[in-house]
Amino acid sequence: MKILLSILREMADIPADPEVVATALTDLGLAVEEMDIVGTPVPGVVTARINRMEKHPDAAKVTRCFVDAGDGEERHVWCGATNMQPGDIVPLATLGTKMPNGMDIARRGILGIDSEGMLCSEVELGLSDESSGLLILPKDSPLGVSPFEVLGIEHDVVFDLDLTRNRADCWGHLGVARDLAAHFGVPLNGPRINVGELGAEKSLPVVIDAEENCASFSISYVSDITVGPSPRWVASRLAHLGMRSINNVVDASNLVMLETNQPNHAYDAAVVSSFRVRLATAGEKLTTLDGQERSLHSEDLLICNGADNSGVGLAGVMGDLHSEITDATTALAVESAWFSPDPIRFSAIRHGLRSEASVRFERGTDPNAWGLAAERFVTILRETCPTATLHAGATVVRTAHCPQLIPVDVSVDVIERKLGIRIDTDRIVSILSGIGFAPTVKGDVVSSVVPTWRPDCSEPVDIIEEIARHFGYDNIGKTVPNSTVHGRLSNMQQRRRTLRRVLVGLGLDEAMPSPFLAPGDLSNVGLPEDNVLLLANPLVADESILRTSLRPGLLRSLRYNQSHRAPRVGLWEIGHVYPKSDAQLPNESEQLAIVVAGGDAETALSQWNAICDALSVGAQLDQSRVPTGLHATRSATLARGKKVIGVVGEIDPLVLDSLGIEGRVSILELDLSTLLNEEPKPVQARDINRFPSSDIDLAFVLPESVPATNLQRALRQAAGKRLVSIDLFDVYRGKGVAEGSRSVAFRLRLQEEGGTLTDAILAEVQKACVAAGEKAGATIRA
Amino acid sequence: MASASIPEKDQLAAALAEGLTSIASSSSSDDLRALMSALAGKKGAIAGVKASLGKVTVIEARKELGQAVNEALNALQDAADARSRELRAGEFATQIQADRVDMTELAMSAEASRRRGRMHLVTQATERLEDVFIGLGFQIAEGPEVETDFYNFEALNMPPSHPARSMWDTLFIESDEPGSVVLRTHTSPVQIRVMQEWPPPIYAIMPGRVFRKETPDATHMPVFHQIEGLVIDRGITFADLAGTIESFTKAFFGEGFTSRLRPSYFPFTEPSAEFDIRRPDGSWIELGGCGMVHPHVLRAGGLDPNEWSGFAFGFGIDRMAKERHGVNDIRDMYSDDIRFTEQFS
Repeated sequence: MKILLSILREMADIPADPEVVATALTDLGLAVEEMDIVGTPVPGVVTARINRMEKHPDAAKVTRCFVDAGDGEERHVWCGATNMQPGDIVPLATLGTKMPNGMDIARRGILGIDSEGMLCSEVELGLSDESSGLLILPKDSPLGVSPFEVLGIEHDVVFDLDLTRNRADCWGHLGVARDLAAHFGVPLNGPRINVGELGAEKSLPVVIDAEENCASFSISYVSDITVGPSPRWVASRLAHLGMRSINNVVDASNLVMLETNQPNHAYDAAVVSSFRVRLATAGEKLTTLDGQERSLHSEDLLICNGADNSGVGLAGVMGDLHSEITDATTALAVESAWFSPDPIRFSAIRHGLRSEASVRFERGTDPNAWGLAAERFVTILRETCPTATLHAGATVVRTAHCPQLIPVDVSVDVIERKLGIRIDTDRIVSILSGIGFAPTVKGDVVSSVVPTWRPDCSEPVDIIEEIARHFGYDNIGKTVPNSTVHGRLSNMQQRRRTLRRVLVGLGLDEAMPSPFLAPGDLSNVGLPEDNVLLLANPLVADESILRTSLRPGLLRSLRYNQSHRAPRVGLWEIGHVYPKSDAQLPNESEQLAIVVAGGDAETALSQWNAICDALSVGAQLDQSRVPTGLHATRSATLARGKKVIGVVGEIDPLVLDSLGIEGRVSILELDLSTLLNEEPKPVQARDINRFPSSDIDLAFVLPESVPATNLQRALRQAAGKRLVSIDLFDVYRGKGVAEGSRSVAFRLRLQEEGGTLTDAILAEVQKACVAAGEKAGATIRA
Repeated sequence: MASASIPEKDQLAAALAEGLTSIASSSSSDDLRALMSALAGKKGAIAGVKASLGKVTVIEARKELGQAVNEALNALQDAADARSRELRAGEFATQIQADRVDMTELAMSAEASRRRGRMHLVTQATERLEDVFIGLGFQIAEGPEVETDFYNFEALNMPPSHPARSMWDTLFIESDEPGSVVLRTHTSPVQIRVMQEWPPPIYAIMPGRVFRKETPDATHMPVFHQIEGLVIDRGITFADLAGTIESFTKAFFGEGFTSRLRPSYFPFTEPSAEFDIRRPDGSWIELGGCGMVHPHVLRAGGLDPNEWSGFAFGFGIDRMAKERHGVNDIRDMYSDDIRFTEQFS
């Protein structure tokens, strides 16, 4: 939102120093995004008339202009623009001028012919951000004077405010001026008003059909006007605020809106002399001022000519092209209404038409600003039409939905409890009256009335915020709460951190790929795609699916690195997956996935072992259930009974081939919502058994079809309570062992509780183990 | 002491002298070991003297000779030990020389074979922030990333079609009831969940992933991270908010940093503020938003605003990581490109 310092200073006697004002604005919560000093005259630039123009045969893109700057001397200037004609008066930057962009005007020639200056555009003079050629000045401009003077361009300061959603009132200068006046402790004068004598009573008829949408509609009658150009200061201010000058009537209307935040519209009273406000019928047509014919919706609000019920404006958004005022207009019907914010917002969205008016109505305007707006409109108009007459008896129709003044009580104690500082009643009253909240005091309670220009305030906490804002956040002080809560990580969070450190210790890098997938990403890695959530409004179609697995993202990152000469990366991610559920929200859970390029099943298993050690967890390997998308003979699920908590192994070579990944890729996936939430009991110490232990080495021939774990389990059971440890120490395939089998050798360490093992017991255990092994499908090796 | 001049004594002295000479001239540990077993062994000269002890009839003399034999043996052993130390030192010196490595070369090959793992910059920043807040007495709450409209908007004082909802570019999930499920646009919905689930007083931070419908550029990602803080207790004031922000500022950034609050607007807090951090050089960092929890939000969380009050604050984590490491383009942080990652060991 652009705000001009000159207008603020007309409304209230605030400091002239822009830095001081900018600081105040920021302290008040009206953040200044940018501060621009505009309209600074450029010394050395003067008005000059183009006497004649010539083309040079060797310089097709430029024109030779011979100009007169009023000193009787004809200067020759090269010019690259094309929008000028002989007789035009244009700005000439004479030799030695320093332009706003830093350029020095020197006698720079083309083809050996000197240029005695430069003809300027609005951009070059710092008057605008864009222009389409030279600035052509009015025909009657004197020569040899500053074009800034000719145009009446005021030196000014533009504050670009980043307004928060709640401050509807600051979409007009008046709201900003009010806050500043209160801040600096000066009276708020508001815009200057001079309407002269009122004309005879004239009330144009108004009917409101849509009472909820249009809660207030006023029409003021203004006669004896002549449509013509605006005064220069009006055009200049509009330009600084980003609007184009049209004519004195439209400009006055726009400036009034920018000043008072009251959008308004002037109709030719000869064309529209009575009004009806109604909802449009579906499909009804209206051509808005931008020349577009629009097909209306049954919830769009229409301003209609009371005579024939035809639309003359899309309420709160934009006027109708055909009822625009013309050069022949002599009397105006000036509309100032209050429209319900939401319907205006929806209309603007429906028609893709956010206008200066609609942004104000959708935030909430002041239903009581119409009178000020009409008077200010006439005041500005009278600068070009001294005869313009505002007539008494303006029509104002209000419905039951019109915003009311809201009384709010708040006690000084409540304010103190909220802010943590005692602000005395006088100060509170002075703050609230400064911003128009009309406070009164009864004992401990300050009663105020929320003015209609502050639709954001309705409750005690709103009033407290206003007090805090004007008291100054910096003056409130800093304390620290007296907490009885102790800061700590939860068990789960602690375990997650342990896990991260284990992963980093394994030499693996954390990845964070996008949780959005493209259609096909899941099925390409062998995972189902029927249980996914879809984004209703994805940025791009390739990011329209919410992941149900971390695998596609990690494999994509792995492939990316492979294609950038990093063939052996190891990546992990801890992140959420979102499979669809029957409930409103998905079965969101936290998962871990690790992929290692060049890693194999053993890599994945050793990672799993490291995690088991660190988190004191475990699971059974079940190779009979091959997880989808994984290598059919080199993968297993990690299960606890029937519950699968993860998968371990290698990615299906077919998947790798289709993704263009080279070599093996190991994978470990774990459901952390299970593993991290466990709280293993601390292991209880046992006394060291100081009796000697003995080892038995047993080698078996085991068919490949029998998992080694079956044999180990059998041996463990057979060895019984004397078993201290059982380790696989050798696996052999080849000569001497039948095809389809392998030799596996276990070392069992045995120890007796409270005594030394006897040879007899050792022999007995060995016998039992051999028998158990045979039962498990193994054959003891001779 | 009575002394008997007996021939054995002379033999002993000669044997000792000879033994000491050969020990001194032994040339290796192995030689010395062989020599010692010859000198002190059963067939050695001293053993011969010892064997003849029985022949000495004078008790005094026998006793004296026995003692001399023991002394001679001890003297030989001491000499041998000393010589052994000399010899071993020389032998190890040679071995140590032969063992020489170039430590710088080893360092290079160790570096080449080392596999380094690194946490994501955002995870590192999150843990650092968590640690600071734990030190300030906060616990850590977490919530779902796919949220209902109720938690993401409505409970945060933004009823359906509230205009402030447009402050966030929301990504919606397709559902039977369009618009009812969203990817959370901020971590604030966790506030409501915590209020509903944790009995007050609450001192919690809520870090996590958030989503916006934004085209990625150097400073924006559609998926990024925020941290939210919530304090609910009896008698919590705006001054407590300002003081907590100040404590955090000093604990996280350093003693030379200070903070300020300036008025702003969020639907879920009132009074609301932006908080800025002032660097020791006087420049400012605009960090995040904060404010007193709005009474409507307390009610949505099941708390009575007359009994409980509180404040909330929030800011972006990614920016912390970005600024700490001088990352120019936030997209690099999310590229998983090892050429980016491996810089941060």
